[in-house]
Amino acid sequence: MAKSNVTLTSEFLKGLWKENPILRMVLGLCPTLAVTTSAINGLSMGLAVIFTLVMSSLIISLVRKIIPNEVRIATFIVVIATFVTVADRTIAAFYPEISKALGPFIPLIVVNCIVLARQEAFASKNPVGRAVIDALGMSFGFTLVLLVMGSFRELIGNGTVFARQIMPLSFTPWMAIALQPGAFLTLGFLIGLANWINAKGKKI
Amino acid sequence: MNLILIFISAAIINNYVLVSFLGICPFIGVSKKLGSAVSMGMATTFVMTITAAVAWLLNKYILVGLHLEFLQIVSFILVIASLVQLVEMFIKKVSRPLYDTLGIFLPLITTNCAILGLALFLVMKQYNFTESIVFGFASGVGFTLALVIMAGIREELELAEVPQPFRGAPITLIVAGCLALAFMGFSGLI
Repeated sequence: MAKSNVTLTSEFLKGLWKENPILRMVLGLCPTLAVTTSAINGLSMGLAVIFTLVMSSLIISLVRKIIPNEVRIATFIVVIATFVTVADRTIAAFYPEISKALGPFIPLIVVNCIVLARQEAFASKNPVGRAVIDALGMSFGFTLVLLVMGSFRELIGNGTVFARQIMPLSFTPWMAIALQPGAFLTLGFLIGLANWINAKGKKI
Repeated sequence: MNLILIFISAAIINNYVLVSFLGICPFIGVSKKLGSAVSMGMATTFVMTITAAVAWLLNKYILVGLHLEFLQIVSFILVIASLVQLVEMFIKKVSRPLYDTLGIFLPLITTNCAILGLALFLVMKQYNFTESIVFGFASGVGFTLALVIMAGIREELELAEVPQPFRGAPITLIVAGCLALAFMGFSGLI
C-alpha cells in the first residue's frame, strides 16, 4: 500500500483530486445526490462525514494490530456506527432544522462506502498519523464536491447560495435542478467534466 | 386498500433509487446486464422483506421496549449484516439453484444503503407489522424496477457513441436523471 516515501502532504492532497472519492472513485453517491439540494445541506453533510471518517480512522488505526482478520469488517462497522450515532445525536440536538433536512442520510453514513473503504484500504494498514491525514484528505475531497454541487443546485434551482440572493430577481429558477432529476444530471456532468480534465492533463 | 396504497407509494411514487436516492451504488454497479440486474433485484427484494419484519420486531420489542432508541443505528446495521449472512447460508442449504443465481449478490446487499434506509424509514413512518412487510416488499420491487429499466437502457447504450469522458458512470447518471424526470410524473398519483 502506502510507501514511506509518500509525503504527508501528498497523502492529504490525493483525496482532493487524484483519488477524490466521488469524482474519481465514484463512491458514496447516495448522500451526494440526496443532500445537495442546497449549499448549507451539502456542507453539513460534509462536516458530519469529516467527523465520522477522521474519528473512525483514528480508532481503527490505533487498534489495527489487535483486530482479528476474520471480524475486521464487523469491527469497522461498529466503530463507524458509534461515531455516526454521536454525529446524528449532536446535529439533532443543536441544529434540528438541518437534521430534518438531511433526514435519514446522517444515519446512513454508516453504510457509506467511502468510510468503510478507507478503513479497509488504509487505516487498518497504516500508522495513526498517516491514517488521520488520509481520512482528512478524503473527507475534504468529499465535502468539496458536496459544496460545489449544493451551491450549483441552489443557485440554478433557487437563485441563491447559502440563502443569499445571487441571481438577479428576474431570473426564473429551474426547479428541476433542485429536485431529483437535477441531482443525477449535475453529478453526471460533474464526473464527466472531471474525467475530461484528467484526460486532457494526461495528453499534455 | 391501505396496503395497496403503501405498495404503490413505495414501489413507484417514492421509488427508492430514483426519488429517495437509496441504493445508488448497486444501481450504477450492477446495471450493465439485464440478467444480473434481475438477480440483484430479486436478492434485494428478498432481503428487504425479511429486514422489514425483523427491524420492526427489534425496534418495537427491544429498542423501544427497553428505552434503547439511541442504539438504533448500531443495532440495525449489526442485525442486517448477520441477517444477510444467515439468509445466504439458508439459501445455500435449501435451494442450490437459487443460491447460484443470487449467490455473489447477497454479501453486497449488506452495504446497500437501501436496506438500512428501509429500517430507518419504518421507524419514522410508524407502520404496523403487516404494513411494514408490505412496505419492505414494495421497496424491493421498486428497486428492481429501476434496476431493470436501467439495465435495459444500458444494454442499448453499449451501441451508442458516448463521448469518452462520459463513458461509464457519468452517462448512467445522466440517463438516471431522465428516468427520475419521468418518475416525477407519478408524484401526486395518490
